[in-house]
Amino acid sequence: MRTEFWIAQAFNGISYGALLFLLASGLSLIFGVMRIVNLAHGSYFMLGGYVGLSVALYTKSYTLALLAGAVAIGLVGIGMERLFLRRLRGEVLGQVLMTIGFALIFQDLALLIWGGDPYTVPIPKMLSGTVRFGGAAFPIYRIFIVAVAFVVGLALWLALDRTRAGAMIRAAVDDAEMAGGVGINVPRVSLAVFALGAALAALGGVIGGGFLGVYPGADFEVLPYAFVVVIVGGLGSLPGAVAGSLLVGLLDNFGKALFPELSYFTLFAPMAIILAIRPTGLFGRV
Amino acid sequence: MTAMDSALRLDNVSRSFGGLQAVDGVTLTVGAGERRALIGPNGAGKTTLFNLISGAMPCSAGRISLFGRDVTGAPAHRRAALGLARTFQITNLFPDLSVLENCLLAVQAHTPVRFAMLRPVSRYGALLDRARAVLAALALESLSDAVVRNLSHGEQRQLEIALALAGGPRVLLLDEPTAGLSPAESRLMAELLRRLDPAITVLMIEHDMDIALELSEMVTVLHYGRVIADGPREQVKADPQVKEIYLGA
Amino acid sequence: MGRRALLAAAALAVLALVGPVLPAYPLTLLTQALIVGILAMSLDLLLGYSGMPSLGHAAYFGVGAYAVAIMTTERQVGLIGCLVVGILLATLTAAVFGLLAIRAAGTYFLMITLALGMVVWGLAFRWVSLTKGDNGISGVPRPTLLGLELITAVPFFYFCLVSAAVAWVLMGLLVVSPFGLGLRGIRGSESRMQALGYNVWLHKYVAFVLSGAFAGFAGTLWAYYNGFVSPNDVQLVTSVETLLMVALGGPGTLIGSMLGAGLIVFLKNFVSVYTKRWLLILGGVYIGVILFAPTGIVGALRGRRR
Repeated sequence: MRTEFWIAQAFNGISYGALLFLLASGLSLIFGVMRIVNLAHGSYFMLGGYVGLSVALYTKSYTLALLAGAVAIGLVGIGMERLFLRRLRGEVLGQVLMTIGFALIFQDLALLIWGGDPYTVPIPKMLSGTVRFGGAAFPIYRIFIVAVAFVVGLALWLALDRTRAGAMIRAAVDDAEMAGGVGINVPRVSLAVFALGAALAALGGVIGGGFLGVYPGADFEVLPYAFVVVIVGGLGSLPGAVAGSLLVGLLDNFGKALFPELSYFTLFAPMAIILAIRPTGLFGRV
Repeated sequence: MTAMDSALRLDNVSRSFGGLQAVDGVTLTVGAGERRALIGPNGAGKTTLFNLISGAMPCSAGRISLFGRDVTGAPAHRRAALGLARTFQITNLFPDLSVLENCLLAVQAHTPVRFAMLRPVSRYGALLDRARAVLAALALESLSDAVVRNLSHGEQRQLEIALALAGGPRVLLLDEPTAGLSPAESRLMAELLRRLDPAITVLMIEHDMDIALELSEMVTVLHYGRVIADGPREQVKADPQVKEIYLGA
Repeated sequence: MGRRALLAAAALAVLALVGPVLPAYPLTLLTQALIVGILAMSLDLLLGYSGMPSLGHAAYFGVGAYAVAIMTTERQVGLIGCLVVGILLATLTAAVFGLLAIRAAGTYFLMITLALGMVVWGLAFRWVSLTKGDNGISGVPRPTLLGLELITAVPFFYFCLVSAAVAWVLMGLLVVSPFGLGLRGIRGSESRMQALGYNVWLHKYVAFVLSGAFAGFAGTLWAYYNGFVSPNDVQLVTSVETLLMVALGGPGTLIGSMLGAGLIVFLKNFVSVYTKRWLLILGGVYIGVILFAPTGIVGALRGRRR
C-alpha cells in the first residue's frame, strides 16, 4: 500500500513538473535573451487554455486546439513585445508594471469572454483512461503530458545545440551586445524567443486545461510556480528548467500529500536552501 | 623594503575569465607615499587589476596585502575601511543626487553616522563642513546643489576624484583620471593631482603618457596581463621592450 | 523642507476637519486609503529610495493583519498588545525573508519576493487550523485605546489619521537621514557605494526589514478596519496594486505613495459601481502610467526627470 502511494505521488509530481517545464522553459529563455520580466506569462498559460477550450469545443479536434492555442498566444506575445515591451529594455519597474497591466487586462477579457465558471478542455478518447502497471493505475493523459514535455525539451535542446538559429540564441543569452556586434540580429532573435516562450506557455495551458481545467485566476496561480522553477533552475538555462520543473513538481505534490497545511512552505524551504548555496540557481549563468 | 613598509603588495595575482587570462601572475610592491603609474596598451588588464585590488572582483589566484594586512578575501567595503579608495574609468557617480550629496556619501562612509535614521542629514554640521571643504579643494563648491546628471564631463571627472579623496584615503587608485578630458582640462587635472597630499600612496592608470610619467616616480608596465617592466621612471622609459610596445601608441 | 512640512500640516488639518462631516461611505474609503497608504509608503522605501522592486509586500501586511485577527478573536488581546505583536511578527518575517531575497538583485529579487509573498498566501490559505483558510477570520472588533472606544467611524478615522501621520513622519525622517541618503546612493550606484566603504548588503537588509515593519503596521490597522481578514488580503494582486500606488504617485516621493493609494482606493470603489470591468481599467492605468507618467504624479509635479 505504501509503495503504491509513493509511486503514484512521484508520478503525479513528474507529470506536473512536465507541465511546469512547458511553462517555465519559455520564461527562462526569454529572460536569458532579453532580461525581461514578464508577469503576463501566467496569462499566456491561461489564455492558451481558454483558446484551446473554445477551439476544442467548436471543432471537436484536440490537435487543432493545441495548435490554435499555441499560435494565437504566440501572436499575442509578438504583439506585446514588438509594440510595448521593446521600449522598456533594462527598465525593470517599467516592465513589471506594463506586463502586470496586460495580465490584468487579459484576466478581465477572459472573464468577459468566457465567464467565471471553470471548464475542462475535452481530451480525445485515446488519451483518457488509465494504464495498469505494477499494481498501480497511471492516467494515460498524464503520461501524454510527460511525453509532450520530453519531446519539446528534446526539440529545444537539439535546436539550441545543433542549428544555426539555436547558436544565435545561445550567443544572445551569453552576451547580447557581443552577439549584435558579430552581426546577429538580436531584436529578431529576441522576438522569436518571446513568441516561442508564449506559445509554449499556451501549449501548457491547453494541455493543463485537460486535467487541471481552465478558470479565472489560473494565471496568477501558476505564475509563482513558473518563477520558482526558474529561480531554482537558473535563468537562461534549459537544463535548469528541466531540473527546476522536476524538483518543483515533486516537492509540490509530496508537500500537498504529506503536509497539506504547509504545502507552499515545502516548496519554499528547498528554494531557500538552494538560493542560500547558489544565489543564481542550480544552473544559473546570469 | 619590508612588507610593513609597503602600502600595497600583490603576490602572483591572477584573474581569468573562462579561457581568457586577463591578469597573469602580477607581483608588485608599492611603497607608502609612492607615486606609481600603471601603463600598458588597451586590454592589457589594467582596469581588471584595479578591480582585483579594490575588491570589486575576486582573484583567481594570488594574494593582496594592504599595509601588511592580507585582504585577498576581504570584500570591497572592508578594503575601503582600511584606507583604500578608487576612481572609475567610466564615471561612476550618483546621477540623481546633488554634488554635495555625492560628497556627503563619501564623507559619512566611514563614520557611524551612516546608520543614523532619525535626524536629517542637514543637522550633521561636521559632515557638511567636511564635504564642502573637499569640494572647495577641487573648486567644485559653486556646484554644490547641481544635480550630477547635469554636470559637464570634466566636472564629473573632478567629482570622481573628490569622492575618492573625501574619505581620507591612504591608498588611492586612479583609473584614467583624464579620460575624455580636453587638453586644457587634462592640464588642470594634472595640476590637481600634483597637489595631492604626499602621504597618500597613488597608483594611477593613465593613457596620457606625458601626464603619467610627469606625476609618477615609479612605473609598472602591463602587457597581456603580465608585468613586463617595473621600476623607476627613467629606467622603464629606456626599456627596449617598453619602447617596442609603444612604437605605435 | 519647511515648505513641505507646512503643506503636510495643512493637509492633515484639512483631513481632520473634513472627517466628521463626510458621509459614511466616503469616510470609510478615506480611512481605507490612509491604511493602504502606509503600506504603499513602506514599499516606496524599498522601491523608490533603495531601488529594490518588491512584489511580495502583501506578505508583511498579511502577517500583521492575521496576527491581530487571531489575537483578538481567540484571546481578546488589547490594542497595544496586538500592535506590538503584529508589527513584531511582520518584522520577523521580513528579517527571515530578507536573508533570502537581499542577495539577489533586480529581476531575481523581484521574483524571489513574489514567491515569498505566495508562501505567506499559501500558509493563510492552507493552514486552516490557524487561519481558517479560505473562510478567513471574521469578527475582529474595533479597538479601545486607553479607555477610548474607537468603534464608530469617526473616532476610528482619527486613529488611522494619526497613525498615518506618525508613519509618514517616521519614514520621512528615515529618508532624509544619513541612512536614507545611503539608500538613495545604493539606488544610484551600488558599485560606487561598495567602493566608498558601505556594506551595501547590510543597508539593503535593514531597509527591507524596516519596510516590512511599516507594512505590518498597516496590516494591523487593516484588521481593525475591515473586521475580517482572509487570504485575499495577502494575494499577489494586493502586492501588485501596492506597486501601482507607488508608481502612480511617484516612486521616491513618499507622499506620492499616499496619494497613489488614495487614488486607487477611490477609483476602485467608484469605478466598480458603474462597471464590472474594474480590472481592465486598472490594467489600463498601469500601462498608461508607464507610457505617460513614468515618474508618477508627484514626480511630475516636482519636475523630476527619470
